[in-house]
Amino acid sequence: MTALAARDLSAFVARDAEARGRLELLVTGARCGACLAKIEKAAREAPGVEAARFNLTTGKLAVTLAPRAGDAAVVVEALDAAGYPATPFDPAQAIESEDREGRGLALALGVAGFGAGNVMMFTVPVWAGLFGQELDGTTREVMYWFAAAIATPCALFAGMPFFRSAWSSLRRRKANMDVPISIGVILTLIVSFSETFQKGEHAYFDAAVTLLFLLLIGRYLDHKLRVRARSAARDLLALQVPSATRLDSDGVERTVPIRDVEVGDRLVVVPGDRIPVDAVVEDGSSDLDNALISGETAAALASPGTRTHAGALNLSGRLILRAAARSEDSAVAAIARLMEAGAQSRSAYVRLADKAAALYVPIVHTLALLTFAGVWAVGLGPREALLRAAAVLIITCPCALGLAVPAVQIVASGRLFRRGVLVKSGAALERLAEITHVVFDKTGVLTEGRPRLIAAPASVIAMAAPLARASRHPLARSLADAAGRGEVATDIVEVAGMGVEGMIDGRKARLGRAGFVGVDSTAASETELWFGFEGDTKMRFAFEDALRADTRSAVAALHDLGLSVEVVSGDVAGPVAAAATQAGIHRWTAGVTPFDKVAIVERLQASGRKVLMVGDGLNDAAALAKAHASMAPGSAVDASQNAADLVFSGGLSAVPEAIRVARRARKRVVENFGFSALYNLVAAPAAIFGLVNPFVAALAMSGSSLVVILNAMRMNLGERR
Amino acid sequence: MNIFLLLAPFSLLLGLTGLVAFWWTLRARQYEDPQGDAARILDDHLREGPDDEAEQP
Repeated sequence: MTALAARDLSAFVARDAEARGRLELLVTGARCGACLAKIEKAAREAPGVEAARFNLTTGKLAVTLAPRAGDAAVVVEALDAAGYPATPFDPAQAIESEDREGRGLALALGVAGFGAGNVMMFTVPVWAGLFGQELDGTTREVMYWFAAAIATPCALFAGMPFFRSAWSSLRRRKANMDVPISIGVILTLIVSFSETFQKGEHAYFDAAVTLLFLLLIGRYLDHKLRVRARSAARDLLALQVPSATRLDSDGVERTVPIRDVEVGDRLVVVPGDRIPVDAVVEDGSSDLDNALISGETAAALASPGTRTHAGALNLSGRLILRAAARSEDSAVAAIARLMEAGAQSRSAYVRLADKAAALYVPIVHTLALLTFAGVWAVGLGPREALLRAAAVLIITCPCALGLAVPAVQIVASGRLFRRGVLVKSGAALERLAEITHVVFDKTGVLTEGRPRLIAAPASVIAMAAPLARASRHPLARSLADAAGRGEVATDIVEVAGMGVEGMIDGRKARLGRAGFVGVDSTAASETELWFGFEGDTKMRFAFEDALRADTRSAVAALHDLGLSVEVVSGDVAGPVAAAATQAGIHRWTAGVTPFDKVAIVERLQASGRKVLMVGDGLNDAAALAKAHASMAPGSAVDASQNAADLVFSGGLSAVPEAIRVARRARKRVVENFGFSALYNLVAAPAAIFGLVNPFVAALAMSGSSLVVILNAMRMNLGERR
Repeated sequence: MNIFLLLAPFSLLLGLTGLVAFWWTLRARQYEDPQGDAARILDDHLREGPDDEAEQP
């Protein structure tokens, strides 16, 4: 990160009419109030900064820059120096992230809550009157008019989210769950007004508002779940490279959005950064890590003239590239198109709640209509008929049904969130519960995706460590990790693609490829390092991409869940076979292209299996989008994280855990549906035969919702046990 | 009954006050950073510091 000084991040600053700048940064590493203080202090002390406010919950820092002053790059540097890496947000995305819908729902919920609470003041006395207490007709009428005055405006306001959704659904000639809700609420209000006018005792003003209050709780929970997942996905995107460093003809390096890179532009890629577009190396040499594109673990050498692919990670040397394609024409784009096709096929999935609604809506409306016709035919008159039809609609109104799914899913995803698993949508949980077969990628999923030193004597490690600490190459890094903290060699010269040279205790030493160190190795491998003092014996260090610590137990847990498991990797046969055997997986396929991966997933699904794909590379992205459900580790490329339903951090044991939670959530949802059906089976006949009065309706509605919520909470009980 | 006619509007007024207060907290974005606000209330240096400074010319 030494090349930052010349970065130009002005594309990320939005200036207003007075040229006052606004910059949004995603800051990582903040955990407590002390971090918050340090971050705001560091940002505010940067030149040209007027104000800075950090949101500890979302990790976003909003910076206001003085008119015509301030530099985004300087702010980022100041934060980096304080120990908090910061990434600028696209200003357009920052505006989009405002949660207007959530605030609207919260206000509707508040109004409904107010209405439901206060309308009771007038309806509870009426309920008392229903059970023979003293309450004459005039008093009851006064009470109902008070109730109407509160309930009507509250219900109309709080019902807007439902009315809007029902209307747009009807315009598409479909009936979602909001249609019976809207009809129920509006009809309830109309019937209640007509009853009050005629001095009757069956007015349901309280029911209309309470119903909306309970439903809005479910709606709000569902919305929170979606917002959290969406913003997390956006943060991940911002953290990956949406920008490239362009070397302009005036010799200045500018950070530009990746979509602005034109063919022929000269780009600078420093070690540790990814190559933004397909390009040809013009100057410099380095090792490239292609693991995310092809799945290969071995690094490839890049020198002038080498064609490089977008997404490759530059490991050791500074490269100057000439862009050979625009971002959307790069190798990545073909995979992106495949992903789109996969995602479309998946969007055809019908969610549980919609299945229930498709069943529920026609039944309830037919029932209400039959009640109306039947009661009138029996000779009880149109008024009683309308009253009973309305009672059927009110009492069967899908309160519990509306809460059944979101209540369970918010508890389940909250539980997974604490385990480091991010669930992108409720539908993802439903699909995950249906899985029968798991396909793993190897590199970065079963394995850690970075080399680890195979046992070497501590004294030898200590000898080479001072040089290793001075290098950025992943193999050297891993050697340095094995050695721990200590002294660093002096007079360091890093030769890109070869190795590093320096002085240790006055002796010249080299660490790197066999040829660089002076060994004639015929079997030179990409996963070894050589070390030696000048004119002394040379020592060899071998590395391997080790399995994650919990891979074996996670695979065993998946077998216990009754799932079949296989490995599909782009790497060569040797390492794939070794990793699969170590992990306890018998079926594996090696040397697979991204397109083959999709084909394999398609073939499995065609044979009737529901496939969970777990992958991290660009070569997995299309298969992730195609599979019935998919998971990606937090270290995956942005494309894969976007394609995946769930993103997990930490070990692989998150996979069986997520499946277990998803299955349990599905069980709870089905139980909730069963309970709702049972409730309606009792309540609907009661309404048809006129046994329901306003008190019974209020009790039944809130009671059934409470049962559903309590059942959802049981998800958490298992965790504590 | 008379006392009811006096108390009912009064309690409604109280309820409405609460509702308006809730609306104000939503408008003032008080639910956007619960963790940060919990930290700010304990630390005098953090309280509205940036905004005070921003007012100075």
